[in-house]
Amino acid sequence: MTALAERARVAARVPTRFLPVVVTFALFVLMFAGGSLRYDSFASGQVLLNLLIDNSFLVVLAVGMTFVILTGGIDLSVGSVVALSTMVAASLLRAGWPAVPVMLLVLAGGAVFGLAMGAVIHYLEIQPFIVTLAGMFLARGLCYVIDLQSISISDPVFRTIAQTAIPLGDDLFLSPSAVVALVVVAIAVYVLHMTRFGRTVYAVGGNQQSAMLMGLRVGQAKVGVYVISGTCSALAGLLFTFYMLSGYSLHAVGMELDAIAAVVIGGTLLTGGSGFVLGSVLGVLVLGTIQTILSFEGTLSSWWSRIVIGLLLLVFVVLQRVLARRSAAAST
Amino acid sequence: MHPPRPLVEMLGISVAFGPVQALDSVDLRLYPGEVHALMGENGAGKSTLIKALTGVHPVDAGEIRVNGEPVAFSGPAAAQAAGISTVYQEVNLCPNLSVAENLLLGREPRRAGRIDWRGARRRAAEVLGRLHLDLDPSSPLGAHPIAQQQLVAIARAVEVDARVLVLDEPTSSLDASEVEELFRVIRRLRDDGVAILFVSHFLEQVYAISDRMTVLRNGRLVGEHRTAELSRRQLVSAMVGRELEVLDRLDHAPAAPADDEDPPVLSAVGLGRAGAIEPVDLDVRPGEVVGLAGLLGSGRTELARLLFGADRADRGEISVAGRAVRIRNPRSAIDAGIAFTPEDRKAAGVVGDLTVRDNIVLAMQASRGWMRRIPRRRQDELARRWIELLDIRPADPDALLRNLSGGNQQKVLLARWLITQPKVLILDEPTRGIDVGAKAQIQALVAEQARDGTAVVFISAELDEVVRLSDRVLVLRDRRPVAQLAGDDVDTDHVMELIATGGEAGA
Amino acid sequence: MRELLRKPIWPLVALLLLNLAVTPSFFAVRVQDGRLYGSLVDILHNGAPLALTALGMTLVIATRGIDLSVGAVVAIAGAVACSWIAASPDPASSGAALTGIVLALGLAVVLGAWNGFLVARLGIQPIIATLVLMTAGRGLAQLVTDGQIVTVNNDTFSGISGSALFTVPVTVVVAAAVYALVALVTRRTALGTLVEAVGINPEASRLAGVRSRSIVWTVYVFSALCAAVAGLMISANVHAADANNAGLWLELDAILAVVIGGTSLAGGRYSIAGTLLGALTIQALTTTIYSVGIPPEVSLVFKAVVVILVFLAQAPKVRALLARRRRGGSGPPPAAPTTPAAPAPAAETTGSGR
Repeated sequence: MTALAERARVAARVPTRFLPVVVTFALFVLMFAGGSLRYDSFASGQVLLNLLIDNSFLVVLAVGMTFVILTGGIDLSVGSVVALSTMVAASLLRAGWPAVPVMLLVLAGGAVFGLAMGAVIHYLEIQPFIVTLAGMFLARGLCYVIDLQSISISDPVFRTIAQTAIPLGDDLFLSPSAVVALVVVAIAVYVLHMTRFGRTVYAVGGNQQSAMLMGLRVGQAKVGVYVISGTCSALAGLLFTFYMLSGYSLHAVGMELDAIAAVVIGGTLLTGGSGFVLGSVLGVLVLGTIQTILSFEGTLSSWWSRIVIGLLLLVFVVLQRVLARRSAAAST
Repeated sequence: MHPPRPLVEMLGISVAFGPVQALDSVDLRLYPGEVHALMGENGAGKSTLIKALTGVHPVDAGEIRVNGEPVAFSGPAAAQAAGISTVYQEVNLCPNLSVAENLLLGREPRRAGRIDWRGARRRAAEVLGRLHLDLDPSSPLGAHPIAQQQLVAIARAVEVDARVLVLDEPTSSLDASEVEELFRVIRRLRDDGVAILFVSHFLEQVYAISDRMTVLRNGRLVGEHRTAELSRRQLVSAMVGRELEVLDRLDHAPAAPADDEDPPVLSAVGLGRAGAIEPVDLDVRPGEVVGLAGLLGSGRTELARLLFGADRADRGEISVAGRAVRIRNPRSAIDAGIAFTPEDRKAAGVVGDLTVRDNIVLAMQASRGWMRRIPRRRQDELARRWIELLDIRPADPDALLRNLSGGNQQKVLLARWLITQPKVLILDEPTRGIDVGAKAQIQALVAEQARDGTAVVFISAELDEVVRLSDRVLVLRDRRPVAQLAGDDVDTDHVMELIATGGEAGA
Repeated sequence: MRELLRKPIWPLVALLLLNLAVTPSFFAVRVQDGRLYGSLVDILHNGAPLALTALGMTLVIATRGIDLSVGAVVAIAGAVACSWIAASPDPASSGAALTGIVLALGLAVVLGAWNGFLVARLGIQPIIATLVLMTAGRGLAQLVTDGQIVTVNNDTFSGISGSALFTVPVTVVVAAAVYALVALVTRRTALGTLVEAVGINPEASRLAGVRSRSIVWTVYVFSALCAAVAGLMISANVHAADANNAGLWLELDAILAVVIGGTSLAGGRYSIAGTLLGALTIQALTTTIYSVGIPPEVSLVFKAVVVILVFLAQAPKVRALLARRRRGGSGPPPAAPTTPAAPAPAAETTGSGR
């Protein structure tokens, strides 16, 4: 009896599930510190806040993507839905619609889009890769249908939001988008850790068969995460609109890959069942830091960021593999 | 003493899957405060009976009553709601979540709409404490060995206040001390008045824990007995049966036992793997058939897989034709001249979407490497020859393997290996799930191979087969070797005795 | 075999006929300066890079893998070849061109081996393993070209795309040759069968002694090689290397071509002919959009709808539902169980495609 208890305690002392997030955090701190050492004026609170301000839409996107990836799926359509959201918003505003209904409509549209994809994935049992790929083409195609040209936004509400700076005292400020992003993160953390739906999401990603046998509402979770991803994409689209004050079919090309990279760097496993929203947020911050460093450097161009991101991905993927092997060995 | 009313009654249950009658008018009675063992070999119908009880599969005929009331479960959730909880052989929990979560998933205590984690941990600790399980509720389930995950699965079933607990092969992955732990929990539950249905192949465990037994064979009820009133010999006899199928008499003259001068072509010393099988010594001589006898779960397949490198041994050594070889994977075994047909041909043998011809030449081709293709004409020739030799039907080399019957698929798999002219042929349940005619053909084939000088290791749950074909028999029981019989000692009674008693006196 | 017959000949034929209806001279072909010209020729010529990339992708997918990095390899191949040519002492010489080409192909082999290493040796999921190269690779290409578009003025190099062999454009000849070579190799050697075996039942293949590791390496190297040849074609066509845009999203079209052609993303049986048809269909789609005058706004939606229809038609669940409907809703046919055993513990995830 005591031998068993002993073994249990020893095995439980290994907190492998937090390790990837801790590593990401350490990496973030390291990079930021490195930047601060190298450049003057890097180590300022505003630079830190700018990470959030400039990447608020990516944060929201990464949150939605986290839900999907936690169930073992993937959503390739998010970038295109962002673009579609900007187009819908811009064209409706141009047609004279007031701001608030436009925002609500865009969000609803994103949810419905996600619902359609999730239903096809779960009930028709078609692979998420293919379904969301088709969704990506469809959404981007609809952008072209709306308008091939960019549509600028002159709606006063949008403009105000775009230009507002929320002072935090000490000469620091935050944008409304950043606040929205933080709220979304908080809601996501709550849902994932405090609701049965959230725990079902984790369970489905861990072992869908078991989740079913345990009587959990697997269908609700599997479809639900795509609804969430679609809504987040639409919301990210709105935030992007505040950022660019235009709708354009060529917005957010490839953004889904950034979102996936952020989620992977944040420690979430592509196989599902393991990962944290905060990790994905850190992933976005890491990516943002790279961009900031590059812009401070000035001379280095964007392709270095691609290479570095690729290498980072590699490091995290290998790390995840090693940890997975280790925990598999520990449980036998 | 007047026995209490049964909590669950299954009366005249029949279930058919297409033309196969999985259960034929079977009865089962579960009484509260009793551990009831369900016994039977593979294919006897145990799993189907459990699926019928737990609502996973509907019944074609018969009635299920809970507390005297007839019920018809629409699904597992309905059965759970009626107080019947099941713990499966594979731990159906989520290893990425904590122990407490797994205990309460779907039923977490909530406060104002959100999960009350503190309450959950308290509840989890309570349940674990009730069963005296000393596990940290916040630890991830996957960090614990399978044995403890199993206990958590049971605790989950208990948490829901189950009145009937079905345990399907709960001890397959447990070692002796873990089994003791489990039995403690089971006894406690029994004393609380829970009716427990216990399915297992481990005879000693069944005798240690159960009060009553129901034996199934070939989908039919053989009998229900109180454990104390049924001897081990009688049990094994009931499970395995003494049906004499009408088969051709085989001309297999057993090699004279004094053939020890012939060096063994395959020799294993202390071969074992933790959790799978205790160290075993085994010698196989050319032209000899060595049978591995024992019930399902006794370690036969595990040993065979170690010999072939399908799993890696962590103890012991293997030599082939006197030379020590490191068998780390199937490739190295094949290079050493060993061939293997797996027990689960669907998952590990049949490449369904390839043709019969492709399947037959697969191993031979793999040995030659991808660049040196076996010429098409030769492939055709080989395929045709073996189709004829083994009477594979339909006699069409272009047929997709998945469209053939089980018996013919097995023959194709045999052809795949025989073509490589192995020194050692390991056959794991080659006649399982096959019609009688094909069974006879395969057995004749094995005898012929031995006559031609191939060493054969033969595994079958049907003792008659093993005894008929083998020159020597290694008896396994509960994952350890019990005895080796040779020559005249090889007869069914003797083997059954060893399986039943493990070589210990008294039955 | 019946599945292979479900190849999408009909979409391609329908598209071609549609074009013919709109432009009666659509099928017209003429010879000028020793080279064939015409709309049909255009489809073949412009579709050659996609066809090649899709071919490499087919074998990868057959082993239950996926290769997202082909677009990046296309960019890298063009970048390496053009940069070498531009930097050599005689940028117009055929020697420079040939060296550049060899370098590009050699680098592709290295990159393919890298992917193979991650997947076969380290056991990383193909989708994420190749995502690494997809992300970093384009950066590499830009690094090589220093972010500029590198133009070259080299007849030999341009000839990869512009010249003709017995009036047939070289791109078509090369693509046809590679297809023929692969068809030959996979049929004449055992590679095709072994690839399929690995994809259909990896465990059975392992127990039969198949060396799945080296097979997986090979298909990733081949995929990179195909992408590199495609990249050289694309580059030669515009006499330049554009690291930003060359091969952008080509991997998606390649995957589509493979899936349209009947190969399942789950691996196993594959169809080279199907992939060819799939690639030509996608190319024909693009051509149709221009020549029939489908407004550019609708082109992508058009493509999306076609893709969705194809997937729905191929999905087994959809076919089962339709079959049930046809049988009058009598429920699914009685299925024989595999073995009456407890539910399998397979960590059943929807899988991110690979």
